[in-house]
Amino acid sequence: MTVPVLSVRNLEVEFLTRRSTLRAINGVSFDIAKGEVLGVVGESGAGKSVTGLAVIGLIDPPGRIAGGEIYLSGTRIDHLPPEEIRRIRGKRIGMIFQDPLTSLNPLYRIGDQIVETIRTHMNLSETAARKRAVDLLAEVGIPAPDKRIDAYPHEFSGGMRQRVVIALAICAEPELIIADEPTTALDVSVQAQIISLIKRLGRDHGTAVMLVTHDMGVIAETSDRVAVMYSGRIAEIGPVQDVVQNPLHPYAKGLMGAIPTLAGEDKRLVQIPGSMPRLSAIPPGCPFNPRCAFVFDRCRVDRPEPLKHGSHAVACHLFDTTPHEAAKETAA
Amino acid sequence: MSDAVVPHRVEPNAPAARSGTGWLKRALDSDIFYSFRRSRMTMVAAAVTILFFLLAIFASQLAVQNPFDPAQLQLMNSRISPLWTAEGQSPFLLGTDEQGRDVFSAILYGLRISLVVGVLGVIFAGTLGITLGLIAGYVGGAIDGLIMRIADVQLTFPAILIALLVNGVAKSVFGNRLDAMSTLAVLVVAIGLSFWVQYARTVRGSVMVEKNKDYVAAAQLIGLPAPKIMLRHVLPNTMGPILVIATINLALAIITEATLSFLGAGMPDTMPSLGTLIRIGNNYLFAGEWWIVAFPGIALAGLILSINLLGDWLRDALNPKLR
Amino acid sequence: MLAFTLRRAIQAIGVMIAVGVIAFSMFRFAGDPVNQIVSLDTPAAEREAVRKSLGLDDPVPVQFARYFGNAAQFKFGVSYQFRQPVSNLLMERMPATLELAACATVFAMVFGILMGVYSALRRDTILTKFFQAVSLIGISLPTFLIGILLIYLFSVTLGWLPSFGRGDVVRIGWWTTGLLTLSGLKALIMPSITLGLFQMTLIMRLVRAEMLEVLRTDYIRFARARGLTTRAIHFGHALKNTLVPVITVAGLQFGSVIAFAIITETVFQWPGMGLLFVQAVQNVDIPIMAAYLLMVSLIFVTINLVVDILYTIVDPRLRSTIRRPA
Repeated sequence: MTVPVLSVRNLEVEFLTRRSTLRAINGVSFDIAKGEVLGVVGESGAGKSVTGLAVIGLIDPPGRIAGGEIYLSGTRIDHLPPEEIRRIRGKRIGMIFQDPLTSLNPLYRIGDQIVETIRTHMNLSETAARKRAVDLLAEVGIPAPDKRIDAYPHEFSGGMRQRVVIALAICAEPELIIADEPTTALDVSVQAQIISLIKRLGRDHGTAVMLVTHDMGVIAETSDRVAVMYSGRIAEIGPVQDVVQNPLHPYAKGLMGAIPTLAGEDKRLVQIPGSMPRLSAIPPGCPFNPRCAFVFDRCRVDRPEPLKHGSHAVACHLFDTTPHEAAKETAA
Repeated sequence: MSDAVVPHRVEPNAPAARSGTGWLKRALDSDIFYSFRRSRMTMVAAAVTILFFLLAIFASQLAVQNPFDPAQLQLMNSRISPLWTAEGQSPFLLGTDEQGRDVFSAILYGLRISLVVGVLGVIFAGTLGITLGLIAGYVGGAIDGLIMRIADVQLTFPAILIALLVNGVAKSVFGNRLDAMSTLAVLVVAIGLSFWVQYARTVRGSVMVEKNKDYVAAAQLIGLPAPKIMLRHVLPNTMGPILVIATINLALAIITEATLSFLGAGMPDTMPSLGTLIRIGNNYLFAGEWWIVAFPGIALAGLILSINLLGDWLRDALNPKLR
Repeated sequence: MLAFTLRRAIQAIGVMIAVGVIAFSMFRFAGDPVNQIVSLDTPAAEREAVRKSLGLDDPVPVQFARYFGNAAQFKFGVSYQFRQPVSNLLMERMPATLELAACATVFAMVFGILMGVYSALRRDTILTKFFQAVSLIGISLPTFLIGILLIYLFSVTLGWLPSFGRGDVVRIGWWTTGLLTLSGLKALIMPSITLGLFQMTLIMRLVRAEMLEVLRTDYIRFARARGLTTRAIHFGHALKNTLVPVITVAGLQFGSVIAFAIITETVFQWPGMGLLFVQAVQNVDIPIMAAYLLMVSLIFVTINLVVDILYTIVDPRLRSTIRRPA
């Protein structure tokens, strides 16, 4: 088996506030292989975006990576000095943010922004970089790229701007793209185009993609595997078909039940009662236990770890085959 | 009865216990007072400001002479250096100027004039600005357009220029030989006309927001007349920002008065304000008689700095977004 | 773009007409123009004749039109004090004021931007605290006190710099400049600092606030995610975006710098328009006051117009869609 492009192990991210330390990410582990698209879903505040920012080293104070390791193609990157992680950003990891309207500097021509990024990471002349910029714009589907390269961001529509953002993210041939809600701010009609563009780029270049979204539909369409996050932890992770059609974790079940389908017309959409706890008030044990229909005593005291279950890994005591007491003894 | 009721049981006693010193206690508990105690600089600034006001109020008790009374000035006492220097003479703590005027006494009386002009100027500007702002915001339409247009144009011109023009015109209309008290009145008007815009804009903005709220509709419904609604209901809602503007404006008004007097367009030499004293003293700087200009200058700078610090603190304390 | 410029120009003309009405009212009603011509002991009959010859018995609108027509040709009447045409006096003194205002603005811009950027990027250093203290003093100390303090330090005590006047000036056509002689340059230093200190404080506060705002934006975060160097992000992206509103304010400030020059010119006996104006106020020389008001307004309005147009050039978004931030 080859080394995964991205490997995250027991990642913990904390935010220091005046009153206490909030743990936004609590022991998250996952891998993304070359050419693979990993979808990360969850409600807002589940820690999806923070995970992406942690990988690229953009957690700003008062936040910090409190524990765990992040490997990029086998090299550990989470404890690199700022200057070295800067060299990785944009070159080996490309990032796409949610809102294309605000991601581009309004005062610079898009060509200048692309050329600037290319020349930061690749040893190219101004002309060569500009030629590459035109090629990139063509690749992401901007019509007449040799003319549009001199346009300002405000002269593009939202969808076109997101294509420019994608061109910026891939301009140094990164191994990994982190796309943080890349379609949320766009019109529905444009969403599908952007999704298929990201998918195609991943396939053509063998780039690994971490696709953060709260939209299960987008995940189902794009991803190879999916990780369901809840309260800073991964509740369930597995191949997208299996997780969508046969979710194991009660939260994932609820999430899948909340997707409208064309087939089951007369089925009522399932609703998960309650809401995700705030970071300052995460209950002990399984964070989902106050909302879970299958809750039992152990869930309130003992935190479930992700365990392999078929093709999935799921963090739920319902699927823990080892007896509770025994687990405790081995731990002690 | 369950536990949940217990907290309520204490309630009937609480207001009674508080009623005597109720407002004082509430004030001491408030966020504003808390932030006041937190900032040592603000406390010093407040103390200095109060000190200046007290000095001005009790000027005639504290001064060794009345600097406005030519009969009390003796030329043989002129240009005496401060008490701690070799040539110092009692009772002239900070020395004397060329007319034999005690600098300390002159500062006390000058402070009084600077503060009177400043406070009256702020009151005049505030009254004018609030009234115009209320009218503009409440009536709207063409009147609003006209008032705000004037405000826009005036805002492009610095206050000092407007004050100088008003001053010059007044002198021209009333003749060049105004007595000291009339000059003081002209200064108040000049400052008032220079600083009304900010009040008007703030009040107008608040009125626009408030007048669409339900309580104003309710007041209209029960038939309260428009001026009463504005004064009793809308105006109190704008008092916070107005207080901040007034504090910062007090510093600006004092600077403006001092500047006008320094430029020779303000208080006359016979009834000098701090600015006049600095103008007079400036002429003796090269002769080495630094104390004639230095002490009024320090007094003026200290006064303005403390008022500005208070204004800054008040702005931050009243702005919940910054807390 | 053209429509925008045109609308701004019409607004500017509106302001000028309003100021013209004020200047005319001052000229006509506050001062008696007859005094320009005759001396105090002239008999009443002769005064009446002069009044007729000046057209002062014409209807007020006619007089206003005449005043405005003359003002458009830079004819502002005759000064009571100097018995000379006001326009000559103003033109003679304008270079001194403009040069001083320009130097003060350059000083304020350079140091204001440097200090503002530094205190935004290094928020908790001692130098930042020092800059903030300077800014508080710059706002609290009246201009004339700063001038006096500088004079006491550098002229009276150290004897390094002249305390008054422009030094030697060089005449280039009708313009006189102190920039070409050593004494002229030395004479410019203290007045420029005195005049510029307040604007410097203002620009520093503005740059700091804007820069902190810009550093929080998405495009800066995206620029960091693209791996651009800190230098490129701070001094390329963030600074350029910060400077757009700063240009507007600094440009508009140039107008008030000219007006504030009144104070500085008095302290340093700088032979500019401001000093002329103060003397006019002291001596109730209404024609000079009215003319100064018109001239300064013209400069203000022109600057406002230029800044508006500059703004559209710097910010590409405004070139196609005309909307100004509040």
